Amino acid sequence: MKISVQRGDFDLGLEVKAFAKNPKIGAVATFVGQVRDVAMTLEHYSGMTEKAIAQIVDEAKARWQVMDCTVIHRHGELKPGDQIVLVAVASAHRGDAFAACEFIMDYLKTQAPFWKKEHGPQGARWVEARSSDDDAAGRWKDPSRKAG
Amino acid sequence: MRLTVRFFASVKEQLGKDMEEIEVPAGIGTVAALRTHLMKRGGDWQSVFSEKKLVRAAVNQEMAQAGAAIKAGDEVAFFPPVTGG
Repeated sequence: MKISVQRGDFDLGLEVKAFAKNPKIGAVATFVGQVRDVAMTLEHYSGMTEKAIAQIVDEAKARWQVMDCTVIHRHGELKPGDQIVLVAVASAHRGDAFAACEFIMDYLKTQAPFWKKEHGPQGARWVEARSSDDDAAGRWKDPSRKAG
Repeated sequence: MRLTVRFFASVKEQLGKDMEEIEVPAGIGTVAALRTHLMKRGGDWQSVFSEKKLVRAAVNQEMAQAGAAIKAGDEVAFFPPVTGG
């Protein structure tokens, strides 16, 4: 398991290669988020952010079979096209890997203390939280949404 | 009772500071009570902390609801809803 909140970029291929060598791993699901349209600055709450991500990963491990997992989230100055976030989950089967990866992303967006400030043509502005993100996280509260 | 209070993102900018060590009366036992206490400073404090829905809190680096208890030595943070990912 690896959780990193960092300024620097990451390499998806290297991160997946670094996963535990476990012959039971049959599926790796990954998600990479990128900056869209405008440059931004990402602020975070050092210490709490890492703890919040660790709690989200623990919750995913309680719900699905997760054999290895890496979450990397960048902070600082980012420009359009830059990678912001990586979630990679290894499991025996794709159902658990896909579900855990999506769950971690959905919860990260509503629970991990990061704040985006966009630097658009009209100047800088803090991005407002979207209710659609709360909805995306909320749907996981239904206990039937576990791996079948 | 002494607390460390931290501010992030738009809350930090509006208040013009990211951290403060403050001494509050012992009766300030919840996040909501601390908010009300800070709001009484008036000015920017009044406007930041009166819009309840737009400010979230954490106690000792855990997300906390308005009724969450606070005690001497705690680190309490105030910030807008998160927008990472």
